[in-house]
Amino acid sequence: MRLEREDLLRAYRRMRTIREFEERVHREFASGGIPGFVHLYAGEETAAVAVCENLLPGDQITSTHRGHGHSIAKDCDVTAMMKEIFGRADGLCHGKGGSMHIADLSKGMLGANGIVGGGPPLACGAALSARVLDNGGVAVAFFGDGAFNQGTTLESLNFARVYDLPVLFVLEDNGYAESTSSDWSIGGNDPVRRAEGFGIKGEKVDGHDFFAVYRAAQEALEAIRNGAGPRFIHIEFTRYYGHFEGDAMTYRPPGEVEEERSFLDCLTFFRARTTQGGQLDTGELDAIDVEVRALIEDAVAKARVAPPPALETLTTDVYASY
Amino acid sequence: MSVKSFRQAINEALRDEMHRDPTVVLLGEDIAGGMGARGVQDAWGGVLGATKGLLNEFGRGRVFDTPISESAFIGAAGGAAVTGLRPVAQLMFVDFFGVCGDQIFNQIAKFRYMFGGSAKTPVVIRTLCGAGVRAASQHSQMLYPVFTHFPGLKVAIPSSPYEAKGPLTQAIRDDDPVIFFEHKAMFDDTAEVPDEPYAIPFAEARIVCEGRDVTLVALGRMVGFAKTAADRLAKDGIQCTVIDPRTTSPLDTETILASVRSTGRLVVIDEAHPRCSMAADIASLAAEEAFESLKAPIRKVTPPHCPVPFSPELEDAYIPGPNDIEQAVRAIVKERADA
Ligand SMILES: Cc1ncc(C[n+]2csc(CCOP(=O)(O)OP(=O)(O)O)c2C)c(N)n1
Ligand SMILES: [Mg+2]
Repeated sequence: MRLEREDLLRAYRRMRTIREFEERVHREFASGGIPGFVHLYAGEETAAVAVCENLLPGDQITSTHRGHGHSIAKDCDVTAMMKEIFGRADGLCHGKGGSMHIADLSKGMLGANGIVGGGPPLACGAALSARVLDNGGVAVAFFGDGAFNQGTTLESLNFARVYDLPVLFVLEDNGYAESTSSDWSIGGNDPVRRAEGFGIKGEKVDGHDFFAVYRAAQEALEAIRNGAGPRFIHIEFTRYYGHFEGDAMTYRPPGEVEEERSFLDCLTFFRARTTQGGQLDTGELDAIDVEVRALIEDAVAKARVAPPPALETLTTDVYASY
Repeated sequence: MSVKSFRQAINEALRDEMHRDPTVVLLGEDIAGGMGARGVQDAWGGVLGATKGLLNEFGRGRVFDTPISESAFIGAAGGAAVTGLRPVAQLMFVDFFGVCGDQIFNQIAKFRYMFGGSAKTPVVIRTLCGAGVRAASQHSQMLYPVFTHFPGLKVAIPSSPYEAKGPLTQAIRDDDPVIFFEHKAMFDDTAEVPDEPYAIPFAEARIVCEGRDVTLVALGRMVGFAKTAADRLAKDGIQCTVIDPRTTSPLDTETILASVRSTGRLVVIDEAHPRCSMAADIASLAAEEAFESLKAPIRKVTPPHCPVPFSPELEDAYIPGPNDIEQAVRAIVKERADA
């Protein structure tokens, strides 16, 4: 239960890595280095990290179009991720997937997903595998407030319940689905009650607070591992950047993001909490920041010069055999 | 007439028809934008801005932003269509059809037939399609052959701003369900488009240019590529007819066959996956109905049988271009010379 020093340092490093990765991708996209659609996770780091810190390597996660954070939290290689986002041959998916389809099955990361609501059924399937193979594994479905209104998500809640599947449903409520407010789109406006309507115990937590998310995830995953069946967590926070890179966010009142960033940033909050309590000192956290910056710098430098995929690969890997 | 973008052409058709007919309503995700938010309303106007401004003109009583629930709102558009409205729903990207497939294929497409002709289902589903913007495998497909497969659905694929406004107007006025494909790489294309409303009837192919040697049939974005190839080939004395069928269902088979009978050669250009495609469909039409006129094998210019890749280098190799079309034409013209 207690988070030891190493646990705290590891969690901080992961969250910082996500933040640094995303801010760097934001800049690279703006300068034209990155093609396609890119959705950034900055501001939401607690969800991926606090949940994945409670997972074992054999556990599986499904992600969303906003998948960089989940990938990093599930231990995907950041250089290979960056190369994928640049569309390079030795990217995590050999340049075929890009930001929206980053995956590393060897790490239990079943893919970012271009289809809103695409992940929850897959997580149920991963949980079914764990059940049949009797390997003690669990699955986590990360999905957004928008995805919480998709039939696939709601069907998955029921499917997981009737079979008591070992699935944790993690609702990442960042306030918006594209330009649409989650207060409006989630009818009844009470996600935990909605989950409870499916017979699934749920809890709402403040996503700015790593420790609150960690505790909720730990408790839920312990119950799931003990055979309680599915659980649900509703995490509230905000996204710092546009829906995708290039979104001017005029649907948000001026200053909304800045205000949240200056008063409620999860990394600032984590630093204050751990240093004031005397568990960590500022110097060691600063040192992590420097290391992480160098890591991301290096990843970008490598991605920029990495070769593109060979044209012959266009038609490879469509089938296992054909 | 004035110069308009593809985006504006669509916007105008929607606006004109909403003015003309109070039963025309819009549904879709972020088609206005800002729903329930505290900032600007009409913040998006759809993902590529085609419905921008319509909220301010027609209000939330006719412009319905929806939750991300395609089964519900596409199905609702069908239900509204059989009960007195003329909904224009936006399925943001056609790739998402899988989420709401039943409502389209088993419900909307079949009401009229199953109910013995008593139903009228005047619904339009506008949807983004096509590769070229590095949007990867789940946001780049064409998929119009899938919809063409289903009896009961009409399918339109505009190839220019002019071809967007007229057929969309027709689609809205049509009493059958119409799937209206908008190629995302064409939104900033511009052309002269009439300011006043006009409808272009379905099943009337457009002859883009006429030449005696080869018939090129192309759809959507490929029409422009076919014309480019035809212009280049003309410099070498190879004259092409370029036909834009405009709709795949109904399909103007007469115009295509008449041209094939006169040129004796057919190249079909299709950005969709090659198997069970319009390329295959039109090739089989010519083989069946104009076999005796053919002087050379029919050629299909399509992407390979694989999903749309992300990396720019791979995606560029995936999409058929003017060079591929030119090569295909030269190959069958040469076959004649060799014979
Ligand atoms: C089935 C489907 N419908 C619509 C979209 C377009 N789309 C992509 S992300 C998104 C918003 C998702 O909102 P949310 O689930 O809250 O996730 P967030 O972007 O806030 O992380 C939409 C509508 C899609 N990709 N897939
Ligand atoms: Mg959201």
